Amino acid sequence: MARALEAVPVAAPPVAAGRPARSGWLTRRRRRWLWGLFFVSPWLIGLVGLTLYPMALSLYYSFTNYDIVGSTQWVGTSNYQLLWNDPEFRQALGNTLYLVVVMVPLSLAASLVYALLLNVNVRGQRVFRTVLYLPQMVPTVASAILWLWALNPQYGLVNTILGWAHVLGPLWLSSITWSKPAIVLMNLWGVGGAAIIFLAGLQGISPALLDAARVDGAGAWSRFRHVTIPALSPLILFNAIMGVLSAMQYFTQAFVMGGGDTGGTSIGVGNSLQFAVVYLYEVAFADLRVGYASAMGWVLFLMMLVVIGLILKFSVRRVYYEAWRAR
Amino acid sequence: MSTSTDEREISLPEGPLALPGPGGPGPGRPAAHVPLLRRRGVRRATGRTAALLVLTGLSVLVLLPFAWMLVSSLKTNQQLFTVPVQWFVWPLHLSNYSNALSLIPFWSQLANTVMLSVLTVVGTVLSGSFVAYGLAKVDWPGRRLMFGLLLATMLLPGVITLVPTYVVFRDLGWVNTYLPLIVPTFLGSPYYIFLFRQFFLRIPEPISEAARIDGASELWIYARVVLPVSRPVISAVAVLAFVQAWTDYLGPLIYLDQPSQWTLSLGLTAFLTKYSAQWNFMMAAAVVFTLPLIIVFFVASKHFLKGIAFDTDVG
Repeated sequence: MARALEAVPVAAPPVAAGRPARSGWLTRRRRRWLWGLFFVSPWLIGLVGLTLYPMALSLYYSFTNYDIVGSTQWVGTSNYQLLWNDPEFRQALGNTLYLVVVMVPLSLAASLVYALLLNVNVRGQRVFRTVLYLPQMVPTVASAILWLWALNPQYGLVNTILGWAHVLGPLWLSSITWSKPAIVLMNLWGVGGAAIIFLAGLQGISPALLDAARVDGAGAWSRFRHVTIPALSPLILFNAIMGVLSAMQYFTQAFVMGGGDTGGTSIGVGNSLQFAVVYLYEVAFADLRVGYASAMGWVLFLMMLVVIGLILKFSVRRVYYEAWRAR
Repeated sequence: MSTSTDEREISLPEGPLALPGPGGPGPGRPAAHVPLLRRRGVRRATGRTAALLVLTGLSVLVLLPFAWMLVSSLKTNQQLFTVPVQWFVWPLHLSNYSNALSLIPFWSQLANTVMLSVLTVVGTVLSGSFVAYGLAKVDWPGRRLMFGLLLATMLLPGVITLVPTYVVFRDLGWVNTYLPLIVPTFLGSPYYIFLFRQFFLRIPEPISEAARIDGASELWIYARVVLPVSRPVISAVAVLAFVQAWTDYLGPLIYLDQPSQWTLSLGLTAFLTKYSAQWNFMMAAAVVFTLPLIIVFFVASKHFLKGIAFDTDVG
């Protein structure tokens, strides 16, 4: 699309009447360069000042003992060595990995199912779409507080619903084993956002493809498996990467629900809601160990690159872009 | 949610993007398809009923927490702690709302939150469209490289810049001001620039080229030609940015120490630690905090969800 527009050969327009012909240094070409730079300059300033410079700074800090107040000394790789042996960091990583391995695939599957259902032409379709998107509009802190109360083992909503089905609900946030599933459950409530992206993809699939498969005798499952899934695969990849990035940086709800802002020593019962970024926040802003926190940031960043790299490697032969291009 | 709302404003997108240019198949697609066999039509009708049932069930599950929040906010403290749960209470304890609002300095925190959110919207829309114009509409050699950089930074996790950015702002003396939360929005954030760019690419080039031939400057074309036809993407980005600023917790937590500067996110969590067992007050505060976003959603959803369901045509 874009390419097509750009490719339209526009004859170099004559210099407008009344305008002196530019000559010398400021050629047409250079003028366009300057305009382009002019328009992207706010972002370039941000990129240098708020991304590249801070990144360089943090790389430097990660090799020092910088703590905001004291003097800064170069400590070599000792921050990284300390991290390797830090039991709390390992626990935080383990908890974070739980989100990546359990929450991300479950959310992906749930949002895909949502989108498939929303794509069926039923009465009140618009109402359903609105309703399923609604949890996205609840502020993070408000949903954390809502779920703290809804997950109350005795008087809460979740165990009340389970009680209707004669299931005795677990202790949720008061239990080391159930606190992370509680977080997963809460996040499944809000998968409408990813579902909307899938829905757009579903509506982009050409009906002719599905009809052709049907004529060839493909059943519903096989149409789903061999037409729908390949056509959606770029979006599945996109949502998977976005899911991994946000799971590895999970912060607000865990921090609020685990009581991080009360200055307590444990995030969630038995530190079971201590996620990587929650720990990084504590180290950086409560203990002021900026050097150590910077090293942690880089380790997390590299881990994200590895996880995303693995996803891309796994998906390279499975993601099918042509259905999109054809559209 | 009454059925009367069904056909009106809350319409969600029918096609992938309601943008100029070739769209996806329209709303009438499934109906226009004639079943090959009657038996298959019957099977499809059963499938449709099943989908309807599942969707209804899911919607009830999604709405229950909202109902729970609302009902809890109208109960006395004793009514909260009953087994089985009381879903209908009378009289309604509306006083929970006035109590909750007076316990947190609600009005000043609301004012702070509104101020931050509005400035964020202004900054995000201005910078996002401005930068995107340079990436989509000005034909200059650097723009492919710039767009590649933009995509790369879109994937860059915030965790890597969180701490050093704080140090930068502290060195500037901006801690305990709103500047660290506002100034970055005026420098553009990759995702919103991306959304604007995708939209701008679909505005037919001859329109801006004609203005260019008439001697219009790029700035004039941006402001007078491109922006006026970009209402859908502007409102989508505005809503997204508003929600993001309204909801933000980590930013205010790091940069705002003074309770007088706090936003509702911070005020609500402080309230939580002080009155943790007063769930009726907490739920009342949560309802009041959530309501503006729900209203914004319903007012803007016509454009809003079209903008989120963005285009993967990366060009």
